[in-house]
Amino acid sequence: MQPIISVQQLEKTYEGGSQALKKVDLDIEPGEIFALLGPNGAGKTTLISIICGLVTPTSGRVLADGHDIISDFRAARSKIGLVPQELATNAFEHVITTVRFSRGLFGKPPNEAHIEKVLRDLSLWDKRHTRTMELSGGMKRRLMIAKALSHEPRILFLDEPTAGVDVELRREMWDMVRQLREKGVTIILTTHYIEEAEEMADRIGVINQGRIILVDRKDALMKKLGRKELRLSLHEPLAALPEALNGTDLELVDEGYQLIYRFDAQSDHDDISNLLHRLSTAGIQYRDLQTRESSLEDIFVDLVHGEQEGSA
Amino acid sequence: MNYYSIRAIYIFEMSRTWRTLLQSIATPVISTCLYFVVFGSAIGSQMMDIDGVSYGAFIVPGLIMLTLLMQSVSNASFGIYFPKFNGTIYEVMSAPISYIEIVIGYVGAAATKSVVLGLIILVTARLFVDYQIDHPVWMFSFLVLTAITFSFLGFIIGIWADGFEKLQIVPMMVVTPLTFLGGTFYSIDMLPSFWQGVTLLNPMVYLVSGFRWAFYGTSDVHIAISLGMTLGFLASFVAITWWIFKTGYKLKS
Repeated sequence: MQPIISVQQLEKTYEGGSQALKKVDLDIEPGEIFALLGPNGAGKTTLISIICGLVTPTSGRVLADGHDIISDFRAARSKIGLVPQELATNAFEHVITTVRFSRGLFGKPPNEAHIEKVLRDLSLWDKRHTRTMELSGGMKRRLMIAKALSHEPRILFLDEPTAGVDVELRREMWDMVRQLREKGVTIILTTHYIEEAEEMADRIGVINQGRIILVDRKDALMKKLGRKELRLSLHEPLAALPEALNGTDLELVDEGYQLIYRFDAQSDHDDISNLLHRLSTAGIQYRDLQTRESSLEDIFVDLVHGEQEGSA
Repeated sequence: MNYYSIRAIYIFEMSRTWRTLLQSIATPVISTCLYFVVFGSAIGSQMMDIDGVSYGAFIVPGLIMLTLLMQSVSNASFGIYFPKFNGTIYEVMSAPISYIEIVIGYVGAAATKSVVLGLIILVTARLFVDYQIDHPVWMFSFLVLTAITFSFLGFIIGIWADGFEKLQIVPMMVVTPLTFLGGTFYSIDMLPSFWQGVTLLNPMVYLVSGFRWAFYGTSDVHIAISLGMTLGFLASFVAITWWIFKTGYKLKS
């Protein structure tokens, strides 16, 4: 299947000399939700800005639905909707006027039925004659999504879509993004909220210091890089690990009251049986036992730190 | 050509004019009327005719030109600066629209507003002074050409400016003084010969003079020179605009 976005050897060096992107290759599949994660300054927004035509690449190539974003920019850009991170609206204009403007700007003939549908889907229809300056922050965010959807794009970029919105609205946004995907829209989102990527994304890409360091399906990523943790609360505190437990990856914490054992999510669970057996043999009694699976956030932090240490 | 995009920008910009009718139309018309009352009716009646034209009628083309230049520059500069200021420029820059189409939308809307305003002032002036238009087609052509030319200048200023102060500097510190000193209220023949020479360095002289010729058939400089200078300004501003988009100056990283 032809990727809907194909980024090839993309590089960007800004005038001051800072290199924001270093030979980035990335394919986005049609109809997926792709989350691009990375710390501040990793190059997420630069990458999106180049694809959307806001920043000029230094070298490399990007195809959107098979169209080169520079030599065939009209066809490429007409497929793309962008919701930038910053809330940018025409304060004095009415909601419906700004949405009509966006549709026209992207070369589409007027279609009041579509505009009504978009506004209704985003719960903005009742506010259509309200000036945008009178909208709440959450409504402004939804208005920007409405503007991006007004020209019926096949690809939607959401740059930090839920930054600064409350939990309830964040959940609503997630539902909306899923509905869009069901309609065939490919969604690429950048986020600081790992929970957001974990909740929504089909695939995840991690970018750090201008390089894509990893792209994989979310479940595969969690399976491959995820770790589990077994935490045992002891009856009696231990001053040190007994010799019988030498060679295990046990860590003694909480002033000797807890033992932590970390293992791969994919590892053989016999390890745990063996460990518990050895604890019992060593006469160590525990009163509680908890397991925890590492979150995407843990994986992300490990990856980024590993990369930074590797490049240091 | 992406007509829907051009139309979207044009309509959006024009709707701003209708929404701010008082500021966009009424204010410049009232200001110009005050000039007519003071210089045309009150002081003008005490002044000699210039080249056989009463003083009140003589200043009509200059005053229209003054308003036209100011409004063209400020309309176009504000039109492109405001999306930069509020951040919505991202939408224009990411749309499937060429630079030429962006310019047609913004400059076209700004020039339209200025022409409409110039015609309103022309009609309003009739309430205060009698004037004639010997060459109405030329008069309208000059009006449109000047509006487009200086809307280009405004567009350039709007992109260059990174604050409201800069937005005002060129119209207030350059365009207005040069227009006042460019023969709006007098014929340059009335100046000593040295100052006549200096005044010819003022580009506004050619605009005012050409426009006045369309009214009364007399001018400080030959009509062909006026037309040539206006077209020269237009070509210069178009070239700068082309360079801005080619390099992405203040628009793209």
